[in-house]
Amino acid sequence: MVSRIVVGARYGLRDWLAQRVTAVVMAVYTLILAGALLSGPSLSQDAWRSLMSGGFMRFASFLFIGCLCYHAWVGVRDIWMDYIKPTGIRLTLHVLTLLMLVGCAGWAIQILWRL
Amino acid sequence: MTNTAQKRMVQFRIYRYDPDQDAKPYMQDISVELESTERKLLDAIVKLKVQDDSISFRRSCREGVCGSDAMNINGKNGLACLTEIDTLKQPIVLRPLPGLPVIRDLIVDMTQFFKQYHSIKPYLINHDHPPERERLQSPEEREELNGLYECILCACCSTACPSFWWNPDKFVGPAGLLAAYRFIADTRDQATNERLDNLEDPYRLFRCHTIMNCVDACPKGLNPTKAIGKIKEIMVRRMV
Repeated sequence: MVSRIVVGARYGLRDWLAQRVTAVVMAVYTLILAGALLSGPSLSQDAWRSLMSGGFMRFASFLFIGCLCYHAWVGVRDIWMDYIKPTGIRLTLHVLTLLMLVGCAGWAIQILWRL
Repeated sequence: MTNTAQKRMVQFRIYRYDPDQDAKPYMQDISVELESTERKLLDAIVKLKVQDDSISFRRSCREGVCGSDAMNINGKNGLACLTEIDTLKQPIVLRPLPGLPVIRDLIVDMTQFFKQYHSIKPYLINHDHPPERERLQSPEEREELNGLYECILCACCSTACPSFWWNPDKFVGPAGLLAAYRFIADTRDQATNERLDNLEDPYRLFRCHTIMNCVDACPKGLNPTKAIGKIKEIMVRRMV
């Protein structure tokens, strides 16, 4: 096959924008969490559990985990795109990254739901 | 004017590679005596060439307009004709622009760079009949092109950009993107949508990670990162 350079995958803007939006969500969540931890009682397991099991924190933590994974996906994929040239290896790394992130997200959400 | 009559010796380390003779590149130590009036790096290199006529480099206008004598000077890309010798630490290390194939010594093959430049269609696209005189712009519309049209395509920026080093075949590079925005920003151009479509790709535009080496390297003081940011802004405006 003639190895022509092909570009035009069309997801550049979407992912660039998503990376910025998810960064803002994560920053806001970090501030909320830091505020809650600093203003609450001393950090015991009970205090932690009651903080994280509240409705709002569950909602916020779920959003945070989703944003973290999407942000990490775009960032790690950027690294593969920059440094890994053979398409087969890059595709494999993309799939492994996705599986890893989906697995981690599922695990984190399961921990959150169990609270 | 204290040392106008003084001559001085300047030490150089120059990247040498002649593919017809050398198995691999090497660095040559060489020094040259300069008159006090010879203040720019290009003056010294021209004099070096008199001493050793096998040293190869490009040059033309010697006043920062043609962009031919771009090279890596003490680790930073710049134009030899605009660089003051006395501001440089000696020995002055000269290398070809990084990331492009070396043809010989300080001369690089710019094909990839110009391919990317051509890919953004660096000309006005307007399908209306040409007016009798010229296509007019308001002073404000013309103002938008300042900081964009001055690019001399010396390739200092693109060859300082790690994203261009890794993907020179797919990433347009800062020089090309600055030129792309020059036509996107031009109110006389009618191909804005096509230009944006052409760049809306994870490689062509979005390999830029805002490292800003381009801004640091540009000998004309231009800001490709800002132009890239504006293209992204227009794309967002178009999408939402």
